[in-house]
Amino acid sequence: MAQVTTTQQGAQYRRSIIWEWITTVDHKKIGILYLFTSLFFFLIGGILAMMIRTQLIVPDNTFLGPATYNEVFTMHGTIMIFLAVMPLNAAFFNFLIPLQIGARDVAFPRLNAFSYWAFLFGGLLILSSFLFGAAPNAGWFGYANLTTLTYSPGINVDFWIFGLQILGIASVASALNFFVTIINMRAPGMRMMRMPVFTWMSLVTAVLLMLAIPSLTIGLVELTFDRYFGTLFFEPNAGASVVLWQHLFWIFGHPEVYIMVLPPFGMISEILPTFSRKPLFGYPFVVYSGIAIGFLSFGVWAHHMFAVGLGPVANSVFATTTMLIAIPTGVKIFNWLGTLWGGSIVIKTPLLFAAGFVGMFTIGGISGVMHASVPVDYWQTDSYFVVAHFHYVLFGGSLMAILGGIYYWYPKMFGRMMNDKLGKIHFWTVLIAFNMTFFPMHFLGIDGMPRRIYTYPDGMGWNFWNMEESIGAYFLGLSMLLFAYNFIHSLRSGEIAPADPWDGRTLEWSIPSPPPAYNFAVVPTVTSRDEFWEMKYGSNEQTADQKTNLNPTVEDERHIHLPPPSYFPLIAAGGLLGMGAGMVMHGDGMAVSWYIFGAGILVLAFGLFGWSFEPNH
Amino acid sequence: MARGSGWLKRAVTGACVALLVVILGGCSFFGGGPQSVNHPAGSNMQTIWNLFVPIFWMSVVVFAIVQGVLLYSVIKFRRKPGSPEPYPTHGNTKLEITWTIIPALVLAVITVPTIATVTDFAKKPDTGITVQVVGHQWWWEFDYPGEQVVDADEMHVPIGVPVYVELRSDDVIHSFWIPKLAGKQDVVPNQHNHLWFTANELGTFRGQCAEFCGEQHANMAFTVVVQSQADYDAWLAHNKAPAVAIPSSNDLAMKGQQVFFTAGCVGCHTISGMEVNGVKALGDVGPNLTHVGSRTAIAGEVLPLTQENLAKWVHNPQAVKPGTLMPNLGLTQEQANQVAAFLESLK
Ligand code: HEC
Ligand SMILES: [Cu+2]
Ligand SMILES: [Cu+2]
Repeated sequence: MAQVTTTQQGAQYRRSIIWEWITTVDHKKIGILYLFTSLFFFLIGGILAMMIRTQLIVPDNTFLGPATYNEVFTMHGTIMIFLAVMPLNAAFFNFLIPLQIGARDVAFPRLNAFSYWAFLFGGLLILSSFLFGAAPNAGWFGYANLTTLTYSPGINVDFWIFGLQILGIASVASALNFFVTIINMRAPGMRMMRMPVFTWMSLVTAVLLMLAIPSLTIGLVELTFDRYFGTLFFEPNAGASVVLWQHLFWIFGHPEVYIMVLPPFGMISEILPTFSRKPLFGYPFVVYSGIAIGFLSFGVWAHHMFAVGLGPVANSVFATTTMLIAIPTGVKIFNWLGTLWGGSIVIKTPLLFAAGFVGMFTIGGISGVMHASVPVDYWQTDSYFVVAHFHYVLFGGSLMAILGGIYYWYPKMFGRMMNDKLGKIHFWTVLIAFNMTFFPMHFLGIDGMPRRIYTYPDGMGWNFWNMEESIGAYFLGLSMLLFAYNFIHSLRSGEIAPADPWDGRTLEWSIPSPPPAYNFAVVPTVTSRDEFWEMKYGSNEQTADQKTNLNPTVEDERHIHLPPPSYFPLIAAGGLLGMGAGMVMHGDGMAVSWYIFGAGILVLAFGLFGWSFEPNH
Repeated sequence: MARGSGWLKRAVTGACVALLVVILGGCSFFGGGPQSVNHPAGSNMQTIWNLFVPIFWMSVVVFAIVQGVLLYSVIKFRRKPGSPEPYPTHGNTKLEITWTIIPALVLAVITVPTIATVTDFAKKPDTGITVQVVGHQWWWEFDYPGEQVVDADEMHVPIGVPVYVELRSDDVIHSFWIPKLAGKQDVVPNQHNHLWFTANELGTFRGQCAEFCGEQHANMAFTVVVQSQADYDAWLAHNKAPAVAIPSSNDLAMKGQQVFFTAGCVGCHTISGMEVNGVKALGDVGPNLTHVGSRTAIAGEVLPLTQENLAKWVHNPQAVKPGTLMPNLGLTQEQANQVAAFLESLK
């Protein structure tokens, strides 16, 4: 050491930091990678949203032409769903689940790293389409037969297919990992009905992912075969029913809605009790209704297809199941209100976002019940009414909760607090701007404005609200910049966070912020729900002994076995990227495409081979 | 306690009144546009609206309760200096059962008329007329089976008579929607969908494709003309007839006719009953132009029908409607003007 000069040392240090992140298998680091990556994608999705609102600000606008507009709205939807909300949830799964169940890592740490890299590469593959002027343009649910070669001859759709396939692999691998982690890695005494609700909702989400994604995969494989090998799955002239795609897509697509919103339900169920300083109201009901939602979500897909012509019997059945799923969702809302009721509510940013979630999500839930009434849906579907609905569910719902979650767990992740005053300003401006942008879309739905139109003529009665919505959207964009500032600035300059800044209830607050690599110096023995709260304030005799020893320390960290870093997951995911890129290039008729595809297979095989034979001690 | 509940009562009444004012006042901020659904002019949309209104008011009640309780709790149970620690309630089974059952009942109340209406909509009316609608990227064709009338952009129907619409697609999925008259129904290739409505008001009603169908989805609109039975019959008779002969006094149109029959238009368009130097116009890729001059708008409503607009269109359709399946045919401006005069005279 003594011989090494300081500059060399610095360079080495920097290289080793990058190396550390690239080869990490630590669930907390992977969670943070997910967080930064998905926030970056979210920014791009947001810029696309601003472009959409700019094009629609006045009638007959020429800011974007039809071809570009169709790419922009398709990418906005695809990015927000697959590259922003889903991986933001994954960031929390990664960071939190092991901490909440008292584990030292996930069940398969290298598979976890692989999931992240596959997600990153899948996202980059889709985004790279912009560089080739061939961004996907058939809408985020890409209805066949518009996506067949006849009607979409370019490689736009190919980018979409192979990007989504890689993202699907990432999601299923990660879901499997968290499913096993939650089932097998819980600390002693952490019975299922003692688990924090966030972990519970993540468990349900993992099951949904594992069962739903394959349906999308199959649809995409059939589409690939049609486009590349001349099969006729979606060719009406050969007798195909193009509705097949819609069934495959929505059997994935409806559970997908809950995949995006159940983890936020879990976050809310953590934040509300903490800031009300009382336990979650009706814990078993919240858990069981989450499970019920998970089951029912596989039986409602055709409510996206009421106008497709499935016939009165099918439509009636799916209307009924859709009404049914509203019941457990309502139960959750009432239990959250019950949690606030009679509490001693500390008004901090996370609480505001959680309360905002309850209010806004309720509006989305109510309009959802309206669409469940089939005849009403004949009017509302594919109009701006539906655009209002799903933004209330996904922005007012999922994203509000995720923002609350970021404010809430940021201190645990980075060891610093975000600024609460800025956070509150952010909340109020988001709330106002969000409603300015999306509430009047209900009015436009009543005024008969269809979705996905790049332009509209003057004299339709749509001018005023479109202008007002666009202004709201810019305001919303500014408000999110405030969040970005607070987030980035606090990384370096935020107030140092204590281990337990909010007087939390679950195990993650019992360890330092940020947690050490091994998470728990001593794996806790759990004796109740809200274990950490019981340790701090409980009268329970069993916890009395832990109470005196809230923050145990380890004498020698080296005795804790942690999985060693590995670069094989990155290599394997890189192989997938090569395969995907090769396929897309083949769609463009490039001669080298099969070589790239083949190289991708070899790299994947090499990655998996190295991974299998790597010593893990 | 008494004082507290008095305050609450006043707050709740105040909030409810405010909400009503906002809703009723808000209603004046929309509606009244050519595609607004809140003043239906057809039986089908009227039924939908009648179903929607009670659902809407039930929604308002749910909305008010949830938002009210939410706001009340966050304000009322705010932590103040010296607040006691709250009682750690874990739940209440009776409450849980109540708030499961009440919403279930409300939803059941919505489900019953929903199913009844769905079933009703699916029946075929015993009387009335049938129109076959064909969706094309990106324009609508209207065929009147048995009448030998083929039209585009404009659908004519008699008032007070059930109209049974058969939906066909020539390419991808579209969705047929006349907001003031009826809810939508998708137009799916290889599938026979249908829809019916009775128009209750004379006038013209704008409709538009509602399923994303490619580049020019936004410009796939049409007009429904609701006429008295006599006017409708006259319209049918007129449109059944072959194209009118061009008066030889109209020199411009005569030249335009020559251009039309030589510039390749006939490969895609039909003009029935017209023959120039042995060439007939029998194409079926684009709209039937036999009576194009009597329309109010062309090409999925991007342009109102005037002679100048027709010239603009045939001169450079790609500039008017980028991506349209009608190619630029390289007509000079002069030729375009001639063709426009010809088409305009095809009343
Ligand atoms: C390759 C086929 C093709 C050729 C050739 C063609 N058209 Fe068209 N035409 C179309 C299609 C398709 C449309 C519908 C365009 C749309 O609305 O997007 C159309 C629409 C029109 C319309 C509007 C009709 C309406 O009622 O909406 C007119 C007028 C017209 N064409 C005139 C012409 C003339 C004149 C020529 C020859 C100079 C011509 N077309 C050549 C395919 C063609
Ligand atoms: Cu759904
Ligand atoms: Cu369309």
